[in-house]
Amino acid sequence: MQLQCPMPQLDFDVITLGHGSGGVLTNKLLDSGVFDLLGNEILNERHDGAFLELQGKTAFSTDSFLVSPIFFPGGNIGELAVNGTVNDLAMCGAKPKYLSLSFIIEEGLPVAQFWDILVAIKFACEKAGVHVVTGDTKVVEKGKGDKIFINTAGIGTVHPKADISTKNIRKGDKIIVSAPIATHGMAIMSVREGLEFDSEITSDTTNLNHTILSLIAHFGRDIHLLTDPTRGGVATVLKEIAQSAGLGIEIVQRNLPLHDQVASACELLGLDPLYVANEGVFLAFVDDQSAQAVLQKLQQDPNGGQARIIGSVVEDHPKQVIMESAIGGKRVISMLPGEQLPRIC
Amino acid sequence: MKYMSEYRDPDLARKYLTEIENTVSRPWSIMEVCGGQTHSLVKNGIIEMLPKKITMIHGPGCPVCVTPLHLIDKAIYLATEKKVILCSFGDMLRVPGSKKSLLEAKAEGADIRILYSPLEAVTIAEQHPDKDVVFFAVGFETTAPANALSVLHAHRRGVGNYAILASHVLVPPAIKAVIDDEESQIDGFLAAGHVCTIMGNAAYHPLSSHYKVPIVVTGFEPLDVLQGILMVLRQLEQSTAKVENQYARIVREEGNIEAQKVINEVFEVQDQMWRGIGKIPQSGYAVREKYAAHDAMKKYQVNITEAPENPKCISGQIMKGIKKPFECSQFGKTCKPTNPLGAPMVSSEGACAAYYHFSGMVEA
Repeated sequence: MQLQCPMPQLDFDVITLGHGSGGVLTNKLLDSGVFDLLGNEILNERHDGAFLELQGKTAFSTDSFLVSPIFFPGGNIGELAVNGTVNDLAMCGAKPKYLSLSFIIEEGLPVAQFWDILVAIKFACEKAGVHVVTGDTKVVEKGKGDKIFINTAGIGTVHPKADISTKNIRKGDKIIVSAPIATHGMAIMSVREGLEFDSEITSDTTNLNHTILSLIAHFGRDIHLLTDPTRGGVATVLKEIAQSAGLGIEIVQRNLPLHDQVASACELLGLDPLYVANEGVFLAFVDDQSAQAVLQKLQQDPNGGQARIIGSVVEDHPKQVIMESAIGGKRVISMLPGEQLPRIC
Repeated sequence: MKYMSEYRDPDLARKYLTEIENTVSRPWSIMEVCGGQTHSLVKNGIIEMLPKKITMIHGPGCPVCVTPLHLIDKAIYLATEKKVILCSFGDMLRVPGSKKSLLEAKAEGADIRILYSPLEAVTIAEQHPDKDVVFFAVGFETTAPANALSVLHAHRRGVGNYAILASHVLVPPAIKAVIDDEESQIDGFLAAGHVCTIMGNAAYHPLSSHYKVPIVVTGFEPLDVLQGILMVLRQLEQSTAKVENQYARIVREEGNIEAQKVINEVFEVQDQMWRGIGKIPQSGYAVREKYAAHDAMKKYQVNITEAPENPKCISGQIMKGIKKPFECSQFGKTCKPTNPLGAPMVSSEGACAAYYHFSGMVEA
């Protein structure tokens, strides 16, 4: 579904340095764009900061978004910036409530594109049930940025039944992956300059907070750890967890959900889907006793239809992640020395 | 999935392993020549599944690894000093030259781009008539047709600002060099399937009959590799030595004639330096004089000579199968994927890097 809001008539087509200077142009941009679309009681105060009422344990997270290209199959940088921070809060077992939103715009960005990004932000906020309560806009000279960078920070209240920590992981825990992996990374890759290939892979970026909070409401402390395997993919996150928990992790390759198109694209480009970035995917470490019930509940959720148990926590090989390969061999999963680069043959 | 899952079937893999187990009667050393096969062996955990009597030796078949240092230095020089748009396959970027890698040069502002096809580099040259564009044409016989085609394409379309920096290496002379080394004791070879897809199997028959060594042209999926090992093993156990084609679904005996024509039109065979091994006679490609205008070696007078390798690196012995990565005193200590001392640690297909990643060593 294409979400649209009519763009206001403006007397400028592209964003220039003046739009970040705090003067008349800044106000024009904010009035006709940001406040109209994202306005709420707190934001409309237009104060230097936001006054918030929070009760109980609070989670706080921030993330910056630099995706290139800024429009990609299945979304744009705007919804990514909202979903990213919303999901980080959800992984803390928190209900996301308030966001800050900062733009660093490279001069020359067409206003129409900025508008599309704002509209995506608006709908992503509505879907997640969060409010933008404070923000900032800066413009940098041409060549000093890459179209637009967005930073969001978010605050949420932790669910009273939630107790999410690496410390809670124990031997026997089952590891659930909520959706097919590597989809977002390959959607971006398919349109990256110089690497374009024809595919119908679309990003799975979405907010996971409703899914997560419903699981926590049902299963509470049986959910030991939640994490979203964004950069570095599933492999990197599992390795980090094994190292920090001092326990071993075993996963089974054939249980990893993977769309056919994504698997083919990875083969073609010589990339390992285990290291490709994800968006609408989370990993849950769940008590062995409740794992099947959590899986069944998750599979009824729109974000978890293809959820699978991919492995478990073991005492053997502490700090190591071992994967049973498709043909039944064993392989150690380690971190990559840098960004995954396409292989030559 | 069509043509992927079929070759990763665990039940068939078990059948092959049982057959290998039942066939092997004494210790044998088998070299998989191609880095792609090394990758498949380690990635699928095949080495641990094989009977102890079979030792897999990882050959020199990673073109990224064996690209000489001074050519990487040249590529960096062209990108930084001559301000060319330097295009490359992705895994060349992290390989350190004598001072820095292409990735570091890119971070410092050089215009270095990752491409999948050299033809895209010609398009970039057409789009930027004011800039010179150079494609770092690395690879075995497999990538040679596309690299050669880019030269032909630029020549025909009059794209004068396009050139390639060629660093092509050829497999059969490398196999010969490995066999000729007195220290190496390899009983049979898995030849690189994709190289043979282009070049055919002709060059391997004299090698096999002269040295009495089984050579099986093998693919890259786990079942391909297992079947290739079984085929070599059967020959060894029966004391035969011939060329067989495991990868018959792709490789024809004569290879791809059209691709060979394109290669021969643009390239001629020359002696070639292999990083970690040294000079191997008649083991590389140079751009023919006719296309000198598109040869970065001739187009840019660059005075960069051979750079010395780290003396502690035993990569030559690794790539000839004389030593295993674990037997190197520097492995995993001073030599890591983030700081490789030599060829086999630089690309994920190199024997040392493959061992490092899949054996669970952790970057400190």
